Amino acid sequence: MKPQTIAEKILSAHAGYPVYAGELCIVPVDGAMATDTTAPLAIKAFEEMGGKKLAAPDKFHLIIDHAAPAPNERIANLHQLMRNFASKQHCALYDIGSGICHQVMVDHHTVKPGDIFMGADSHTPTYGALNAFACGVGSTDLAAVMLTGKIWLKVPHSIQVILHGHHLQPGVSAKDIALEVVKQLTISGATYQSVEYHGELLHHLTLSDRMVLCNMVAEMGAKTGIVSPEGLQLPYLFNPVFADKEAAYTRVLEIDAAALHPKIAIPHSPDNVHDVSAYVGTPITYGFIGTCTNGRLSDLQAAANVLRGRSLAPGVRLVIAPASRQVLLDALQDGTIQTLIAAGAAIINSGCGPCVGTHDGVPGDGEVVISAANRNFQGRMGNPQSKIFLASPATVAASVLTGCISLPK
Amino acid sequence: MAKAHVYADNIDTDRIIPGKYTKTLDLSSLAAHVMEDLDPSFSERFVQGDVIVAGDNFGCGSSREQAPLALKAAGVSLVIARFFARIFFRNAINIGLPVLEIPDHTIQSGDEIQFDLATGIVINVTRNETYQANQLPPVMLAIMQEGGLVAYLKKHKDFILS
Ligand code: SF4
Repeated sequence: MKPQTIAEKILSAHAGYPVYAGELCIVPVDGAMATDTTAPLAIKAFEEMGGKKLAAPDKFHLIIDHAAPAPNERIANLHQLMRNFASKQHCALYDIGSGICHQVMVDHHTVKPGDIFMGADSHTPTYGALNAFACGVGSTDLAAVMLTGKIWLKVPHSIQVILHGHHLQPGVSAKDIALEVVKQLTISGATYQSVEYHGELLHHLTLSDRMVLCNMVAEMGAKTGIVSPEGLQLPYLFNPVFADKEAAYTRVLEIDAAALHPKIAIPHSPDNVHDVSAYVGTPITYGFIGTCTNGRLSDLQAAANVLRGRSLAPGVRLVIAPASRQVLLDALQDGTIQTLIAAGAAIINSGCGPCVGTHDGVPGDGEVVISAANRNFQGRMGNPQSKIFLASPATVAASVLTGCISLPK
Repeated sequence: MAKAHVYADNIDTDRIIPGKYTKTLDLSSLAAHVMEDLDPSFSERFVQGDVIVAGDNFGCGSSREQAPLALKAAGVSLVIARFFARIFFRNAINIGLPVLEIPDHTIQSGDEIQFDLATGIVINVTRNETYQANQLPPVMLAIMQEGGLVAYLKKHKDFILS
């Protein structure tokens, strides 16, 4: 058999015969989810398709996270529609406060290594951290999965990213690596492809770190991102999927991770990436830490380590949205939340928060935001007159202490 | 004949329809805000049936199907790009918004366009040029010919590869 990438292996295992980049296949899906942005349209399309019953209710998950709790009656009614559908169809519904869809799916061990998972959200590739093949789709594609339990896919070509080094510089995290990869591949550089992570650094990366790397493949246009399973530790037994040695890649990117410095994406594109040092001193008034990129316990701890015993610069605010209820509970247990609140942070509900500009902290005209999220498109946070810089939680925390972009120590 | 409205590379879905407007099932409210941050005069200049033309990577960013739905509801008859972001491309075909990938088009704003979806041939009447769009994979072609994935699945009940 011809050597295969991880994506080719997972798709072949599901198709029942070997498939290679460029071929079309129809594969059974191990799990699927939709959020309050995408589920209402998916439910409508499912019903229009003639759908009466979900193909696999135990594999379908609804999450209310994008505008949660509902900021107005229109959205409240969409949430009701989701709740009613879930109770009628006996599928899981994670209501407000559960957290961001991607974190919820990982916290609850919904996605496992080797799985194919379809999410009606563009950051679904995040589960590639678990050595799974996960794709973002729109509502109608998801409705088809709900109806048939399957999806048609073109087997993607793969880009290999090799992360060299055994440790990162102080103040550098997986976010800085992800930003560097987005910079090198650009916002369209991985379109239709799978970004596969390899290299000795993987032995030193946690599940959270791996989630950051895969999360931001969405900012490269990728179909999916998958981390090779070296160093992956999970609380259950699993069958890892490795790439074959001679697998074919369209491009190989070698990154000396040990030599990286903190990175920042400047307005208005996530691939407009520079060293933080080049922007030190730029005034900011609003910091945001959260999202499916950087709202996990280690992210809140990184911020707390910078903010412990200190307070926000005058005129600066900091909004923190823990990525899930589990993250919030863990961060309460170890005192992280208390440290952040004492420093002046506003903790908001576990969910997407201000990431997508619907509620919970829309910036004002002319405001400059430093955010730990993944996108800084103009208007992303709800106001096209504001500017968004993207950086790691440590860089955001260092910046809200001084009121201008600062390097984490 | 349809008039072309030309946009740059990497137009993201937040610019096509901002996230704050996406939480609705009311298509006319989507149409009311389409492209408003990117091109505030869009709704004045756009005539039903006109064509949107873009460079690389049109529709990058979020998976929101509200982006192609908003364009369709506004009366866009076709979107042409050098290439499309993956999820947008699938979504557009699934909801029945015609999209054609033409890597070498030289269409300028205001050009008069004629097109044939079945053959993928686009004629730029203003410049007297003809372009051939990239072929769709067979399953996508079948979905487009049915007018979208809802109609396709209603009819076939399942996916058929060729
Ligand atoms: S946190 Fe932001 S990027 Fe992540 S799923 Fe929510 S809206 Fe999307």
